[in-house]
Amino acid sequence: MSASFFSVRAVRHPGSFAGEEHGPPAASGWLASGFLGSAGKLRFRALSVSAPAPSSSARRRGSSSVVVAVSSDVVKEKKLKPSSSSSSDLLITKEEGLELYEDMVLGRSFEDMCAQMYYRGKMFGFVHLYNGQEAVSTGFIKLLKQEDCVVSTYRDHVHALSKGVPARAVMSELFGKTTGCCRGQGGSMHMFSKEHNLLGGFAFIGEGIPIATGAAFASKYRREVLKEADCDHVTVAFFGDGTCNNGQFYECLNMAALWKLPIVFVVENNLWAIGMSHLRATSDPQIWKKGPAFGMPGVHVDGMDVLKVREVAKEAIGRARRGEGPTLVECETYRFRGHSLADPDELRDPAEKACYAARDPIVALKKYILEKNLAREDELKAIDKKIDEIIEDSVEFADASPPPHRSQLLENVFADPKGFGIGPDGRYRCEDPKFTAGTAQV
Amino acid sequence: MLSILRREAAAGCSDAVLLRERLRRSCAAATARLRGYATAAKEMTVREALNTALDEEMSADPRVFLMGEEVGEYQGAYKKFGPERVVDTPITEAGFTGIGVGAAYYGLRPVVEFMTFNFAMQAIDHIINSAAKMNYMSAGNISVPIVFRGPNGAAAGVGAQHSQCYAAWYGSCPGLKVLAPYSSEDARGLLKAAIRDPDPVVFLENELIYGERFPVSAEALDSSFCLPIGKAKIEREGKDVTITAFSKMVGLSLEAAEILAKEGISAEVINLLSIRPLDRPTINASVRKTSRLVTVEEGFPQHGVGAEIGMSIIEDSFGYLDAPIERITGADVPMPYAANLERMALPQIEDIVRAAKRVCHRSVPMAATA
Repeated sequence: MSASFFSVRAVRHPGSFAGEEHGPPAASGWLASGFLGSAGKLRFRALSVSAPAPSSSARRRGSSSVVVAVSSDVVKEKKLKPSSSSSSDLLITKEEGLELYEDMVLGRSFEDMCAQMYYRGKMFGFVHLYNGQEAVSTGFIKLLKQEDCVVSTYRDHVHALSKGVPARAVMSELFGKTTGCCRGQGGSMHMFSKEHNLLGGFAFIGEGIPIATGAAFASKYRREVLKEADCDHVTVAFFGDGTCNNGQFYECLNMAALWKLPIVFVVENNLWAIGMSHLRATSDPQIWKKGPAFGMPGVHVDGMDVLKVREVAKEAIGRARRGEGPTLVECETYRFRGHSLADPDELRDPAEKACYAARDPIVALKKYILEKNLAREDELKAIDKKIDEIIEDSVEFADASPPPHRSQLLENVFADPKGFGIGPDGRYRCEDPKFTAGTAQV
Repeated sequence: MLSILRREAAAGCSDAVLLRERLRRSCAAATARLRGYATAAKEMTVREALNTALDEEMSADPRVFLMGEEVGEYQGAYKKFGPERVVDTPITEAGFTGIGVGAAYYGLRPVVEFMTFNFAMQAIDHIINSAAKMNYMSAGNISVPIVFRGPNGAAAGVGAQHSQCYAAWYGSCPGLKVLAPYSSEDARGLLKAAIRDPDPVVFLENELIYGERFPVSAEALDSSFCLPIGKAKIEREGKDVTITAFSKMVGLSLEAAEILAKEGISAEVINLLSIRPLDRPTINASVRKTSRLVTVEEGFPQHGVGAEIGMSIIEDSFGYLDAPIERITGADVPMPYAANLERMALPQIEDIVRAAKRVCHRSVPMAATA
């Protein structure tokens, strides 16, 4: 299923909020004139130019975009470039390698512990585990800043951990304790953290995509309308293959490309939507192709290889940060466990599972690190041990934490139930008899 | 119905339309006198009230922006804010409502406009699941300062899919504030309050009263004028029966009150203004004074706003009631198209008058069903 998409073409994006398609190309950067590139600037990012693919008549259409579709061959291209010394073959430094390794092991160990805790009755309800897909989360999220946003689905434990939410907070949340990241009110499927800009945690597939698009919209709005010049926050939306048949996905691809929002749409294609095979549910199973249809690059990458994912992620996140608009990245990955802990996982072929188990991302990264002499075996073992301790500690912490107090039931329905908050005299403003005279300043 | 016709004949009018016109004119003067604020010469349509409120809030806070279908290009009044603050969207309710909610999570204050709330059903997942429930699910971490506004309820002859009233559906959701203004002052004050509120607000307007003119007091024209959320307004004081209504039904209730007054029944008309949170203290105080209650709404009868108000009164003021509570609602059918059927499917002034008389034990015994 790997892409055979070789042509890489120049990019030209006429999109803007004002919907203008034509305009004189302006020389300066996208911040200069007009809003959101409405002067129809040309931005050339020619990675390499080759003959146009026969399927596209986009070049002949006046103002519509000719899009870049980069395949995972971009990684191969880089590797084949003649290098002056052997060390520039490496895609990562030692620190980066260990960081990636640690993050993936954290994700894997955490999820394994979740399974244990669930079967012991400490965790309940719906729990969806991420085993096998760690390369996608680590590959993307470790390139983000704290202010960048991540929006996920119900399979969000590892996204939360990669984004920086402490393991203790996530475990407590899963146990339903008041020390959890949402004080026990969210649960497995609803992880939110304002501090780490993790915007969920949504149970409905496709629900997070418009939310992510909205966060990207806010980032662009702050930069262009509120004039916060250094606001280049990017949003990364994670969702699965089943979501790619949902209407909201297409609505957002359209609007994100139309308004050139700083967002990366990441499809974690693990071939199964609960028990529905992707191939049985989708007319054209190659999801990356749907990007160019909306005017954005569509990329396919091997989601079991964290280094390849990271290379593509760098390019996609860089594009968004520079203001060049959205990218659709399809990561071919696999979940080693069932859809949720309640799923007996009988529908999938054991041969398929074995095939992907052999491509375990953690094993692959470990192999790479050791082969390239980036670190020694004992350093990796030390990381394993450290993660084990973190997980043990988080379970102990969660166990010892109290469940929410009864009074917490009615709290937090509203941010401000009476509206308008408390006035300087210490009473509710809306009960001030002079309220409607406009003297109650908000 | 019979009593109305008899009175028309007595008054010498040839048809009901003339009578209605006379009532409307006398009503407008009466309500102007009875309003709580200082009388003023200035009049304003509801549309102007909403536009000025939006204009002022957008000028005051640059984080406020408007998003919806045909909001920008169509209305010249918004040209001054530019396309970046008045965002025209494609016809993708689910998508752009979600975008609004996501922007609200991240610090902006969107006003999402639906062409009608019927179309908002395509986006109701975002209104309820991502907006209303968010503050609770995140335990206060992330609040959603968003306003969803648009026309609600029946227009004229637009058929079943364009005529539903959503007050009861949204009113049952914890985490939402639901407002339904009637007059221009209500519209102005409540919209400004909604935009400044840190929680999701569903703002139910009504297509048919956009063009109606109401007098506005001087203080309502001030740019910091706001009405509190969760407070009902007593539009007309009375002592015999309490009539609660919201949105367009307030107008009908006031006209019904005029008719009842001529028969010696003094009706107190309460304009709910806020469906959620419901102003139970005001309604209870009124019922304890009058001992009788008639609720009026346009929506479907089962599980409606009237059902909630009725139950609330039974819970709090049962001993004060002298008659069973009556609710006047729309018919329990999807809205028909034919004009005469549509008229039968919506509450009319005669229905309110009849119900008030029933609770006052003054009705002429006759078959009431059509």
